[in-house]
Amino acid sequence: MKKYICDVCGWIYDPEVGDPDSGIAPGTQFEDIPDDWECPECGVGKDDFSVIEG
Amino acid sequence: MNIELKDGINWVGHIDWTVRDFHGYKTESGSTYNAYLIEDEKNAVIDGVKAPYADKLIEHVAARVALETIDYVVCNHAEPDHSGGLPALMAVCPNAVMVCNAKCKTALEMHFDTAAWKWRVVDDGDSISLGKRTLSFINTPMVHWPESMFTYVPEEKLLFSMDAFGQHFASAFRFDDEEPLDVVLQEAKAYYANIVMLYGRPIAQTMARAAELEIEMIAPSHGVIWRSHLKEVFEAYKKWVVCEPTPKIIVLYATMWNSTEQMADAILEGAQECDVEARFYNVDNTHSTHIVTEILDCAAIAIGSPTLNNTLMPNMAGVLCYMKGLRPTNKKGFAFGSYGWSKRGGAAEVEDAMKEMKIEITREPIRSQYVPTPELLEECREAGRQLGKYAEQFRV
Repeated sequence: MKKYICDVCGWIYDPEVGDPDSGIAPGTQFEDIPDDWECPECGVGKDDFSVIEG
Repeated sequence: MNIELKDGINWVGHIDWTVRDFHGYKTESGSTYNAYLIEDEKNAVIDGVKAPYADKLIEHVAARVALETIDYVVCNHAEPDHSGGLPALMAVCPNAVMVCNAKCKTALEMHFDTAAWKWRVVDDGDSISLGKRTLSFINTPMVHWPESMFTYVPEEKLLFSMDAFGQHFASAFRFDDEEPLDVVLQEAKAYYANIVMLYGRPIAQTMARAAELEIEMIAPSHGVIWRSHLKEVFEAYKKWVVCEPTPKIIVLYATMWNSTEQMADAILEGAQECDVEARFYNVDNTHSTHIVTEILDCAAIAIGSPTLNNTLMPNMAGVLCYMKGLRPTNKKGFAFGSYGWSKRGGAAEVEDAMKEMKIEITREPIRSQYVPTPELLEECREAGRQLGKYAEQFRV
């Protein structure tokens, strides 16, 4: 499962961890997160995330 | 005025006694833009001031050292209230190198003509020796911009914390023990609520990192310098980063022909029957700066607006927009309001905004068609009592 990084603040979305505080269960792929989800650190949307290669 | 933090480290900023509006924050106590000068084998200026006061900064620096002897200018935060004066400073310090992280460099380049500047880009963990002392750098993203950084001087146990622990407070004094502590903490609380409340999570992480450092003094970029009450401000921040509830209820409303005000008053009366601090604010005569400062540590909030033109009273919409951005956490509450013929807008729209803010909704909105009946006001009183009972549990 691919990790994504927030281009603004550097927070990393790890699908294995999810974002339970915002209702995103562990195991959720980044692509499956609802479009209105926000970066829990800085509040930007999914558009401002990039896949971490490797 | 004592401006000496440590032997050879002085405040060289500007006290802005007259500013009353800081991008919407009503700065009734004015502010300061704190810059600092470290005199060592190499001299360094830490942070800057707002553009109109660049001459003050330059004057204060030049009063202590020749401008040609400034080797470094450290920019911890690119926001114009600190960086605005940097182009003028760089122009008169021919040997100065701008020290900042990569994100800050990009931001400064987007704000100013930096073509003539010399740069030293630093990253988290890097350090620069000034001779007897060292500047070490800690990236603090989203505290409260992406490029924000702390500068730490280990030999002096001194942390330049930029906006963290700051206050919009134009004191005649530069240190926390020269003013009453409750006044300083109240200013720090207003600053926290209005500027950084939404970044509680990154601030908590930054505080955990700061706790690993030996710190005797915290020099923020606004307000007084913490040298005697670090423990108190740290304890306060620990509560604020999670918007820790206290036994406090807020009744916040807008009104048109006083129906929603009557409802608000009944909710307040119900809450006052409990052992809580119940507060009452009409958005038309209380500034949002004050409202969000009170919301920071409340347990519950009732928010009311009548329906006007199928939507909200505009001043309430403005306050809700401000609250939504600042994202208070750990709050419960409900919506209320009167209407004439259209049930659109009003309490329903307030409730939608509260849900968007992730305020836990405790009951359905209370709505009155035209003027509230005695029965409806009793329902408001009971709803206020329920909020009060919930908030009572936070009494320690």
